[in-house]
Amino acid sequence: MKINGAQIFIESLLKEGVDTIFGYPGGAVIPIYDALYNDTRLRHILVRHEQGAVHMADGYARATGRPGVVLVTSGPGATNTVTGIATAYMDSIPIIVFTGQVPTALIGNDAFQEADIVGITRPCTKHNYLVKDVRDIARVIKEAFHIAATGRPGPVLVDLPKDILNAATEFKYPEKIELRSYQPTYEGHPGQIKRAVDTILASKRPVIYAGGGVLLSNASKELKSLAEKLNIPVTLTLMGLGGFPGTHPLFLGMLGMHGTYTANMSVTNTDCLIAIGSRFDDRVTGKIDEFAPYAKVIHIDIDPTSISKNVRVDVPIVGDVKHVLKDMLKELDNAKHSKDVLKDWHEQIAKWKDTHKLSYKQNDKIKPQHVIEKLYELTKGSAIITTEVGQNQMWAAQFYLYDSPRQFLTSGGLGTMGYGFPAAIGAQVAFPDKTVIDIAGDGSIQMNIQELATAVQHKLPVKVAILNNRFLGMVRQWQEFFYEKRYSYTCMDAAPDFVKLAEAYGAVGLRAEKPEEVVPVIKEALKVNKPVLMDFRIDREEDVYPMVPAGQPLNKMLLV
Amino acid sequence: MRHTISILVDNEFGVLSRVAGLFSGRGFNIESLCVAETLDPKVSRMTIVTRGDDQIIEQITKQLNKLVNIIKVYDLTAEEHIERELAMIKVNVSEKDRAEVLSIVDIFRAKIVDVSPKTYTIEMTGDNEKVNAMVELLKPFGIKEIAKTGKIAIARSPKAVK
Repeated sequence: MKINGAQIFIESLLKEGVDTIFGYPGGAVIPIYDALYNDTRLRHILVRHEQGAVHMADGYARATGRPGVVLVTSGPGATNTVTGIATAYMDSIPIIVFTGQVPTALIGNDAFQEADIVGITRPCTKHNYLVKDVRDIARVIKEAFHIAATGRPGPVLVDLPKDILNAATEFKYPEKIELRSYQPTYEGHPGQIKRAVDTILASKRPVIYAGGGVLLSNASKELKSLAEKLNIPVTLTLMGLGGFPGTHPLFLGMLGMHGTYTANMSVTNTDCLIAIGSRFDDRVTGKIDEFAPYAKVIHIDIDPTSISKNVRVDVPIVGDVKHVLKDMLKELDNAKHSKDVLKDWHEQIAKWKDTHKLSYKQNDKIKPQHVIEKLYELTKGSAIITTEVGQNQMWAAQFYLYDSPRQFLTSGGLGTMGYGFPAAIGAQVAFPDKTVIDIAGDGSIQMNIQELATAVQHKLPVKVAILNNRFLGMVRQWQEFFYEKRYSYTCMDAAPDFVKLAEAYGAVGLRAEKPEEVVPVIKEALKVNKPVLMDFRIDREEDVYPMVPAGQPLNKMLLV
Repeated sequence: MRHTISILVDNEFGVLSRVAGLFSGRGFNIESLCVAETLDPKVSRMTIVTRGDDQIIEQITKQLNKLVNIIKVYDLTAEEHIERELAMIKVNVSEKDRAEVLSIVDIFRAKIVDVSPKTYTIEMTGDNEKVNAMVELLKPFGIKEIAKTGKIAIARSPKAVK
């Protein structure tokens, strides 16, 4: 039996196990929306802006490990997805974005709502497709899911011209994929794994520096085994948080520009840096020439381009983190090692930990760090936390301790303000019974505030904690530290009344203006089964510490 | 240092733009680029000449390998290989110059492929130096127009890149 392209699209998604799509209708995708009408096999979350749809699919993917799916129309619908796609690309998140396109006969004619979205997104997708024949839809969808979710994951875009969606053909979903030019390496080289193990065993001051790759390959169990087996301290990147328990005695905290004193000092003094699924980002390394100067560097990554891109590596291992760690653990079974070798190193680390805890000075105003500590206590550390970008993100990384993987969702690479709220909605769609909280700033939340309507319509009880300082806080902090307090256009005086705004959308608005109001507001928010905006009027010029000024080495931190 | 990189790619629309976009987006430079179908019509070969230190060349080859449509990347620079360019040169010839131009064409084993009362069009292949040397010798007569391909290259070993 022949079915049309729109129906093939839906059947193909179902073959891939998709249950939810985030979308927004438009002229070019009406055939798909018509096929979706009364089809209960797919849940469609109607967003209010296409950027929101992509962040939701991204949040859904990060929280579940399954690819997120987006459906939008051509032209502006497609271009609105670009920031979301670039966000997912930088953080290696598997999403598939389906865009409508004008009919093939009109492509290139500057037709109504035409945009060359394949051209536009070429540099920010892992791969993309323009489908030109209805007989290719099923194969392309199969390939798109495969490419998005395997190797180093990433976003894939599929552009679907309207006439292709209306044309009909036999539907047969391909069983196999034939992509001779795409063969990711999963197994690490055994010789390199042995060299890595020998290097670790010979070291006296080893540190594990793990990143988002641990979460992407679901390797947190293996990471914990490795660290515990050899008693090696662990620091995580922003993207890696949750990959190793935040409450574990071997955890040093996050490293980098706003990393802990202990993590940054440990990395600076280590003689063996074990980089696992991390890519030596400039926000992690500080001044690159003085990063881990005494260390032999072992680097495990599935993407060969990440290795030796920024720092020289002594033992590169290309492979999937989980596979490689398993092999390393096996190799270690035969090796002799004594935990006593690291005694001095652990004593040194304990001293750093003791003398330089993350801290802040409480006064009569609400401190943002205090808000996050209370969120941590009142959710017993088990909420899914998303963040926006800036100070809110750094405080959320420092003061909430993440014990589980896929619990902390943040735009690490691109640093996309407006990410956290839709990402929280996406996570809530995947886990309706979990507490999901977006830790936001008053600037960021306004970048995708329209999605409040999405949360209300779909009864998604997402909580938003706005750390409201009426500033673009992180830029203001840089202006304070490095530009003589010249607060050029970082003051947002005309903020909306967030409580009224929440109510206008049919959500709940709560406000805390004094420190003693923080706990009651959080308790109330957690009690209501509705979306809630919490407006915390925080100390306006609170800064994030420690801070390594851009271009400085990691051990040159500004401290509280 | 200059490197000659040979890549096999899926013969599909947009692949050239993926490769060119990779170079421009990451700040690598392209000195020349040649592309044509191989024996297998589904596969094209691109020959790219680029410059960079070892670390940059390593990144270029790794990044190229990462593109989904790229089947094989081969840096020919490290081994014995043959490089050729094709040039077509339209040169002024007055009656008295004809013999001299003909002898230059002869010396370089080039060919005259078009003749008009005032011009010869010369076709010649060779490595970059040979082509440049011939161009230098023809300059005094007045070169009206020149069209050159980028470099194509192939390894001398019996082993094939495919």
